[in-house]
Amino acid sequence: MPKTPDPVTKNLWYVVAATDELPIGQVDTTLLLDTRLAMTRGQDGEPVVWLRSDEQKGDDIDPESILDRLPVKNAYGYAWTCLGTPSADLFPIPEFAEQDRRNMSCGSIGIHVSAPRAVENFLDMGHFPYVHTDILGAEPHTEVKEYDVEVSEERDEVLATRCRFVQPRAAKSATHAMEVEYIYRVPHPFCSVLYKSCPEDESRQDVIGIFLQPMTEESCRAHLLQSMIDSQSSIKDMRRFQQTIFGQDKPILENQFPKKLPLDPRAETPIRADKSAIAYRRWLSQKGITYGVIPQAS
Amino acid sequence: MPLSVSDPTWYPIASSEDLPFRHVYQGQLLGRELAVWRADDGNVNAWENRCLHRGVRLSIGINEGQELKCQYHGWRYANRSAGCTYIPAHPADAPARRIENRKYPVREAYGLIWSAANDDLPFTGFPGAEGGDWFALRPMPVNARPGDVVAGLAGLAPDDQPADVMQGLSVRLGNIVYFVQPVDADRAVIRGLLAGKPADPIATLRHYNEGLTKLRDRLEKAAARKPVPEKLSPIFEKVSADLASMPDIAIPRGATLPVVVKRKWQNADGVVSFELADRDGRHLPTFQPGAHIDLHLPNGLVRQYSLTNGPGDLMSYVIGVKQENASKGGSKVLVESVRAGDVMAISEPRNNFPLRRDAARTVLIAGGIGITPLLSMSRFLDQSRLPYELHYFTRSGESAAFSSELTALHGRVERHVGLARDAIRARVSQALGPYEFAHHVYICGPGAMLEMVQEVASGLGWPDEAVHFEYFQNDKIIDQSSAFDIELARSAMTLHVPAGKTILETMRDAGLTVPSSCEQGACGTCLTTVIEGEVDHQDVYLNKTEKASNSCMMTCVSRAKSGRLVLDI
Repeated sequence: MPKTPDPVTKNLWYVVAATDELPIGQVDTTLLLDTRLAMTRGQDGEPVVWLRSDEQKGDDIDPESILDRLPVKNAYGYAWTCLGTPSADLFPIPEFAEQDRRNMSCGSIGIHVSAPRAVENFLDMGHFPYVHTDILGAEPHTEVKEYDVEVSEERDEVLATRCRFVQPRAAKSATHAMEVEYIYRVPHPFCSVLYKSCPEDESRQDVIGIFLQPMTEESCRAHLLQSMIDSQSSIKDMRRFQQTIFGQDKPILENQFPKKLPLDPRAETPIRADKSAIAYRRWLSQKGITYGVIPQAS
Repeated sequence: MPLSVSDPTWYPIASSEDLPFRHVYQGQLLGRELAVWRADDGNVNAWENRCLHRGVRLSIGINEGQELKCQYHGWRYANRSAGCTYIPAHPADAPARRIENRKYPVREAYGLIWSAANDDLPFTGFPGAEGGDWFALRPMPVNARPGDVVAGLAGLAPDDQPADVMQGLSVRLGNIVYFVQPVDADRAVIRGLLAGKPADPIATLRHYNEGLTKLRDRLEKAAARKPVPEKLSPIFEKVSADLASMPDIAIPRGATLPVVVKRKWQNADGVVSFELADRDGRHLPTFQPGAHIDLHLPNGLVRQYSLTNGPGDLMSYVIGVKQENASKGGSKVLVESVRAGDVMAISEPRNNFPLRRDAARTVLIAGGIGITPLLSMSRFLDQSRLPYELHYFTRSGESAAFSSELTALHGRVERHVGLARDAIRARVSQALGPYEFAHHVYICGPGAMLEMVQEVASGLGWPDEAVHFEYFQNDKIIDQSSAFDIELARSAMTLHVPAGKTILETMRDAGLTVPSSCEQGACGTCLTTVIEGEVDHQDVYLNKTEKASNSCMMTCVSRAKSGRLVLDI
């Protein structure tokens, strides 16, 4: 029996599709928080999302005829919706608007694991040499150096800074191993944004976003955004690079047990390298999120 | 009878054939998953199928022969104990705490691997099992309740020879015993044992497989008509409270454990070896390469000895003791009075000499009995197929200890016998070469040699962090002439340390319980954080950079240069 999501989870904005990939005048379907959704796009290009009844994927539909719509936002190339009462704003990614950025969606990938497990994996540097061998890391460079983590009260987000890791091939445009510096933001319980040194321009940072759509408590879809400074590579190659990385994470995530993220500190064994994961788990716990997690017994 | 996740009965979970060389098998029992693997020493391990760090299945891990490596973060766990031996994210630290994966009891018998939910019942096999020559049939998985599968098997018996339904979901039908492995409330595996090896094994396997396939089809059809039973939900036990917090690097301090001297032998001229084992034949605690134990001697002294064991080699610890003429009583009493069969107390292994397994190049330099920790390191590097060079310097006339063990290694092992001081220096310099990124050197030997190697390394541009060493003892003459005050920040106490007395003794006199071991500034047990004041280091444990940082000290030998020290105690 699917559980009713906690109010914090219910009132959040979620990505349900890359806007460009929504067919105009045709129904697409998806699942969000155990709720079946239908969606399409109007002639104006704007996404329309509603609770699915008997619509089937591929049905023709006149978006004008849909009156009972869910709230919708079109941001960072994605269609966002909410099952409850959303806040007015979405977290900011100012870089997205920069003139020379190459912004792209890198696909929406289903994973049989809870959304918070996927966020935690995104924050984790320790797995690079083992899961992303010879791309984001390689033995013998396995050390996770000390970094800083704070939970910013003002912006209500987890922030990990001064994260450094030796990477053989940090981006599509990288030609040799370099120590990469990362900043991770978790501005939304199920979304994270990563800033990393850009191989092409030392003064700027590439931005990679991961937006998780919790389908059930134990499955989600990962929507990937890249906002890159890269004048050389084709969009297709940059996408393929990110998809390769994600394809390596998927089998590991799907072998995590239990599939929901345990918030009790005694459920798993943390080490110093897991500081950001610990901060994230505590932040979820303090927010009162119970969806996709195993809450700490009170 | 409903199935229970805490059922203590032994059930077969795999065939011996399911555990080929360097493989990890995913077993299932009573709703749980098990990572089942055979180490190179033949021992079978049945562990909860998740790494305690981040829950990833260990059945997708890598069986390295004596250690299992998790695919997510490269954590390594030892054969037998399931203890964590290496955390690659912090390669310079030994795992600070005792981290062990969950284990289940396991036994290999009659061509099958058996396990149980807990240790409540001893393994007894089945009536008539002993002495028989058993032939394992092909397992047959069935999507039906285990109880129904037992009933189905019993129904195969001819009318005139009713089946013998035994304990532990097993059924005897003539010369075959069938065991039903309860995978979950709705799933089972039939595992059969045939008495005696058949003349034509393939035909026999096929014959029984056909019969069991028909039974399975019948059982699954019947199961589809019944309501689906509720699945068993395994309980993931919590890790211990001290594992849940994130302490800084700490030196583990365990209680003592009794061991029996299993063997004592002359290893080489001037070196006697001791093999120490658990009295009840169980495995000893996990250790890391470079670790030592404290050995409590009959005369009340406590001495440190490095373990020479390889990875996952936990059935006994082997140490090497140098017979010294001018022995202060430590090795003398061991060599002269301790005999095979004696019981002694040892500490849990401690590691002040951790081996990084992330080096691009590892150089090991041993002098005399200093070979012991480096032998252990070589064995770990060997098992992981990591490159290393071992240089072993011995005096002329003194034969090399652990000769056969060294011969079995695959790395570059060079023995240098009877070289003069200058020749040793030249050889060390040649072995080290100019420093490059991710090169590490480990040194163990007499004090003079350690100082020489450090000097040579420093001259070749090797930074302190890349030069790792362990003294067996502090040969320096300790100056105890100063007098000063110590302020203990956490205990809110100020004490005066007079000339002739150590900080450690002063704290003990004041009623504090403080750990120590060698009490000569060599082992690192009494390492303490210094908050304020200038330290007069007299130990051989800390390296130059650490000493210069003035942030830590050994309370057993160090003193103050300033009038006052503030300690984090």
